[in-house]
Amino acid sequence: MTPRTVHLTVNGAPHAVTVEPRRTLTDVLREDLGLTGTHIGCEHGVCGACTVLWDGQPVRSCLLFAIQLDGAALTTVEGLSDGERLHPIQEAFWATHGLQCGFCTPGILLTAKALLDDNPSPDETEIREAIGGNLCRCTGYHFIVQAIVAAARRRTST
Amino acid sequence: MKPAPFEYADPHTVEEAVTLLAAHGDDAKVLAGGQSLVPMLALRLARPSIVVDVNRVAGLDSITPSGTGVAVGALVRQRTLERWAADRLPLLTAALRHVGHAPIRTRGTVAGSVAHADPASELPALLLCLDGVVVAQSRRSTRTIAAAEFFQGPLMTALAPDELVTETRWKLPAAHAGWGFREMARRHGDFALVGVAVVLTLARGAVADARIALFGAAATPVRAGAAEQALRGQPPSESALAEAARLATTGLETVSDLHAPAAYRASVARTLTARALADAAARAKDAP
Amino acid sequence: MGAKYFGAAVRRREDPRFLRGEGRFVDDVALPGLLHAAFLRSPHAHARLVSIDAARARRLPGVAAVFSHADLARWMKPLPVFGATPPGLAAAVRFDVRHAPQWALCKDVARHVGEAVAMVVADSRARAEDAAEAIDVAWEPLPAVADMVSAGEAGAPLLHPEWATNVAVGFTHGIGDAERALAAADVVLEETFRIQRYVGMPLETRGVVAQWDRRDGTLTTWNSTQVSHFVQQGLVTALELPPHKIRVIAPDLGGGFGTKASGYPEDVLVPLAARALNRPVKWIEDRREHMMAAAHARHQTHTIRLGAHRDGTIVGLADRIWLDLGAYNVWGIVLPYNTVAHLIGPYRIRDMKVEVKGVVTNKTPNAPYRGAGRPETVFAMDRAVDCLARRLGMDPADIRRKNYIRADELPWEFGMPYRDGNPLVYDSGDFPAALESALGAADYDGFRREQASLRARGVWRGIGMSGYVEGTAIGPFEGAHLKLDLTGRVQVATGAVNSGQGHETAFAQVAADVLGVPLDWVTVTGGDTATVPFGVGTFASRSGVTAGNSIADAARIVRAKLVAAAATLLEAAPADVEIEDGKAFVRGAPGSAVELGKVVQASIPTFARPGVATPDFEASAYHHVPTVTYASAVHVAQVEVDPGTGYVRLLKYVVAHDCGKVINPTIVEGQVHGGVAQGVGGALFEEMAYDGEGQLLTGTLMDYLVPSATDLPPIDTVHLEYPSPRNPLGMKGLGEGGAISPPAAIANAIDDALAPLGVRITETPATPPRVLHAIETARP
Repeated sequence: MTPRTVHLTVNGAPHAVTVEPRRTLTDVLREDLGLTGTHIGCEHGVCGACTVLWDGQPVRSCLLFAIQLDGAALTTVEGLSDGERLHPIQEAFWATHGLQCGFCTPGILLTAKALLDDNPSPDETEIREAIGGNLCRCTGYHFIVQAIVAAARRRTST
Repeated sequence: MKPAPFEYADPHTVEEAVTLLAAHGDDAKVLAGGQSLVPMLALRLARPSIVVDVNRVAGLDSITPSGTGVAVGALVRQRTLERWAADRLPLLTAALRHVGHAPIRTRGTVAGSVAHADPASELPALLLCLDGVVVAQSRRSTRTIAAAEFFQGPLMTALAPDELVTETRWKLPAAHAGWGFREMARRHGDFALVGVAVVLTLARGAVADARIALFGAAATPVRAGAAEQALRGQPPSESALAEAARLATTGLETVSDLHAPAAYRASVARTLTARALADAAARAKDAP
Repeated sequence: MGAKYFGAAVRRREDPRFLRGEGRFVDDVALPGLLHAAFLRSPHAHARLVSIDAARARRLPGVAAVFSHADLARWMKPLPVFGATPPGLAAAVRFDVRHAPQWALCKDVARHVGEAVAMVVADSRARAEDAAEAIDVAWEPLPAVADMVSAGEAGAPLLHPEWATNVAVGFTHGIGDAERALAAADVVLEETFRIQRYVGMPLETRGVVAQWDRRDGTLTTWNSTQVSHFVQQGLVTALELPPHKIRVIAPDLGGGFGTKASGYPEDVLVPLAARALNRPVKWIEDRREHMMAAAHARHQTHTIRLGAHRDGTIVGLADRIWLDLGAYNVWGIVLPYNTVAHLIGPYRIRDMKVEVKGVVTNKTPNAPYRGAGRPETVFAMDRAVDCLARRLGMDPADIRRKNYIRADELPWEFGMPYRDGNPLVYDSGDFPAALESALGAADYDGFRREQASLRARGVWRGIGMSGYVEGTAIGPFEGAHLKLDLTGRVQVATGAVNSGQGHETAFAQVAADVLGVPLDWVTVTGGDTATVPFGVGTFASRSGVTAGNSIADAARIVRAKLVAAAATLLEAAPADVEIEDGKAFVRGAPGSAVELGKVVQASIPTFARPGVATPDFEASAYHHVPTVTYASAVHVAQVEVDPGTGYVRLLKYVVAHDCGKVINPTIVEGQVHGGVAQGVGGALFEEMAYDGEGQLLTGTLMDYLVPSATDLPPIDTVHLEYPSPRNPLGMKGLGEGGAISPPAAIANAIDDALAPLGVRITETPATPPRVLHAIETARP
């Protein structure tokens, strides 16, 4: 009920938002900061569409209240590309048809990024387990897995 | 699915936290990892008037080995313990890999899972398996609650509304003990339909100590006391292990729900117990 | 006309915005002054609405309005229904069809948990939900009907008393003489198969944003719908406005699958609220609402009799079919008749009889979902065939080899109509070739060689197959409008709605080839009623064929206009003018090439001269598609079963499919993968469960189990190509196919894995408890 002003850094840019306690991080990112790339699929922590990175680790933004995040550094999907240049993971997904409707894609891209930051050459089992908490209803995951394999190869070859 | 309105407090010390809990009692909910609480708030199944966010409380995020045990601060994340335990307590790592998915374990706390006491979750059963203890603080007292007394029913524990879990303590099995962990879930990371954690310690080719904890089967995690008793002094032969598995589920009041009937849980509990015992026996080395 | 792009695996034009998180889904639509809606929904499966008092709710902070049926009575019209019986079909089959009005807001009786009762509009969604909780409703519970078979029997409580029955759609039909054929059979296999209630569950829920402009009396509404023109027609009726005053825009859709191709209360209620309040209103369905308010699907019971000679020749079949349609008959004959039309599939069967009852029960109403009756009917048929094979001691592959219609037997006339009322005739394909192809890709023989020794070592693996023949691309049309701008760039608009199928790329490929322009000159939009006046929408695997051919037709017309104008400009005969790569030139004289933009510009009158032609480089086309064209496939699944837990692990999945000529092979593969994943969900994981009182037990995604990446293996796709003779592009539909055969293939594989135990899976999902129970109760 009692709002608070919270300072957080999103994709390197500082923001101050005044939020009521019950507002989730997802809603504040989308509505207050206009970053609509983070999507709402379930609001109960199952589907992973709302995944963002907090200090580089994937978290479900629908299970965080914005009021908790004073001082936090977050990355959303909008922070992956560098101006016009797509991140190598985004390029890999594009080349491999790793998306169809695009709704799960931001969450999957960030989860994939965190995976590859931690484990640069995952095998298929490790990839499937890492994205096991991101539901996709369109692709059957086949090309998503191939996209992450391709992304891993791109990173290790540069 | 927006929560009902609530006030928010983020105490910085245990004192502040327990003062808030004393003041609000049942009207307060403690927010740690949030992976269990926030969905309940979103579904309006929980409607606290105040959420006490303990994530900024100092001094609760250490893992402190001591003697034959380890004290895990209440704010230690599941993922952190998963990594810490990989070489030191691999049973815990094996179990933690079944808890949801990595993003859930990044925020979810060990203590939070224990305090939430979902009968189908792994950590309460592990605590019970390893004769763990919950340290609970309030303005009134600090007390240690043995795991065997802590879990009282589905989502029900011995905690009073004004108590905050500050630590869980886990006994490390002997270095030469073998462990086994088997779980049956519909999908990887889902709550278990039924699961078993086993520790077997051998001496002179016979079982010196056996611990068998079942989860997902009954209203709380349970230790299979009769089975453990039957194994002591016996060599871990296939027939001894099979008999122990049978004893582990005899008289066990399994639960029915949307995902599995009681008979299934009983049957699979027995099967998985036998398998976990076999795994543990294979891993066990004789006493030095 | 070149074929530079048609058939090419180009990467998708639409991807960058989705990769950047810059898609524009309905919840991304932001308007100044936006209000938010939430709904109070019935907690009862069947109850009389005695009274409703919103006084407390209206007083809460931020609340703009609360509407019940009575508050909007002036505007309430029954929701649209679909699936009227076409004349050609009515002439052949006598249908008993009953409809009852479904009101956008509950008028007097709620008939399913989740039925909308009141709409709250407030300054935030959270406050709208707070207010919905403060509405006081008095209910008088009524007896609920939950079982589809007993619902159809005399004495069951009635959902729509005026019907005097719960049978919404009833009919019998046959070809040949099934009873005589079965009487003459050496063996008759009889079994009852149950397919559960499972649903599309798109990752993006539904949503509507509506904006009323009082200045010119127009409504603009963004709706996460697959059928913007249907929605527009519903609004014409409800708002009493002409179509040109109502603009329905389908934004980016986060999946549809048919769940978003039905008519819903919110389509109308949100615009009504916007008009009443003179403020834009947004409603985004939350997941819990979605489970109970978005269309359900599947849920059939088949008691099937399959007769054969001892050598495995199938001689006839009879099937009693029940469908659980939920509380209202929204879709008429569509699901029941689809089920019947696809029952025989690739088998050479001339004697068939069906008795069908589509009944209403106190559950969320059904609408067609990816496959729309085909997965259920193929499950019954292909399971029956496997059970028959086992009875005869035949390999399941061999019984299919014996009974699949051969390519040289096509076109194959059924002697009954398709759902569109036109004769059901298989046009092209090679079902035995698909079978051999799938079996080869799955290394069927190798698997069989190893199976016994694996089993001896305690590894229980099985292989199962299933095939379908699918009427795709139901018509009668999907229009396209195509025009060039001053620079020669091309805009294509269609009534088709993209929900992940890559329309912006695939349709551009078609247009670019026909016109002779580079691919990136073509921009494709869809689902906006302002850009195409008449439309149908995307479902039934129809858009490639319907919109694709309209786009080709329109492009052909515009190309001819360009050629004529260029001919004048180049002082050549039109027959000598070519267009390639965005340039018009005289054949044999590459130096004469002129950019299409110049041709357009030269057609615009100036003070000095008239244009070389009328600068009309646009065209509309509505390619007529009177009936469907037949795609087909065979799927093979390999599983490993843990007999101690009943857990089924998918090892390998193979699809050999024919969808005619293919615009973009990669997009096609993606569609197959996605369909298979949903089929796997139906086979092993997903169920919308109700208790005996009509209470919905699966309330969240914690209980409705969508398969994750760890539940699916890689999917091998083999492309076969038997062009359709029914449209100039030679295409067939493919969006649904992947979802049709997995339940049958996987259940067949489970039976196969556990064959020595005599297990027979008759129900999906084949959950671990069900499989273990089957093992424990089987008689070898």
